[in-house]
Amino acid sequence: MSAVAGKKDQLDELGVEILSVSTDSAFVHKIWEEVELKKMTKDGIPWPMVSDGAGNLGRVYGVYDEANGVNIRGRFLIDPDGVVQAMEVLTPPVGRKFAETIRQIHAFQHVRKTKGAEACPAGWEPGKKTLKPGPDLVGRVWEVWQPEDE
Amino acid sequence: MPDEPVGCARPTGTVLGQDAPSEEKSEEQPKTGVESMAMVKVGGKAPDFEAPAYHKGEFITVKLSDYLGKWVLICFYPGDFTFV
Repeated sequence: MSAVAGKKDQLDELGVEILSVSTDSAFVHKIWEEVELKKMTKDGIPWPMVSDGAGNLGRVYGVYDEANGVNIRGRFLIDPDGVVQAMEVLTPPVGRKFAETIRQIHAFQHVRKTKGAEACPAGWEPGKKTLKPGPDLVGRVWEVWQPEDE
Repeated sequence: MPDEPVGCARPTGTVLGQDAPSEEKSEEQPKTGVESMAMVKVGGKAPDFEAPAYHKGEFITVKLSDYLGKWVLICFYPGDFTFV
């Protein structure tokens, strides 16, 4: 949470809004921010901390752990049309890597900008070559992209 | 997103535009089928919801569909005061 808050400017530059969700009440969110997160971030948590006490959101997003009454770690990237473009769900002991989220946002925004005319191959980052899917590319990806390009 | 009056009840989030999942149904596939209880999937519409939230000192209500036209990152996590 605090790891993302410190890098929120990167998401601002990409025009991405954040919502964090747990089964804690909004009251608990408030106290967590005040007693702990404000000591780990410059200005606290700058996005809405959503409360999903009954797990209704977690269930429909496939992250609600019925046995423990919590939402496991899940990250969903939603485009301006309200379409889910990416999702990643992890079991509790392992945290996420923020840089990978940023990479995927760059890639999905690039694809959207080209209206799907370009695709981003494995490991793509801004500045790297994209693919232009079409009949001419079938069987010839090797001519324009090799595994070491990842 | 107006402020909600703060009371003693425990408000919670609600899934919009479809039958909200209930405890009874959760162990099995909903009998009513995918039309009424669409799970999230890539390439599909993000399930809309309305839920209470805390934001910069205020208690607010967040509705996902209010964010249409913007990129949104939703991050679920196990709980406040956890370590990862």
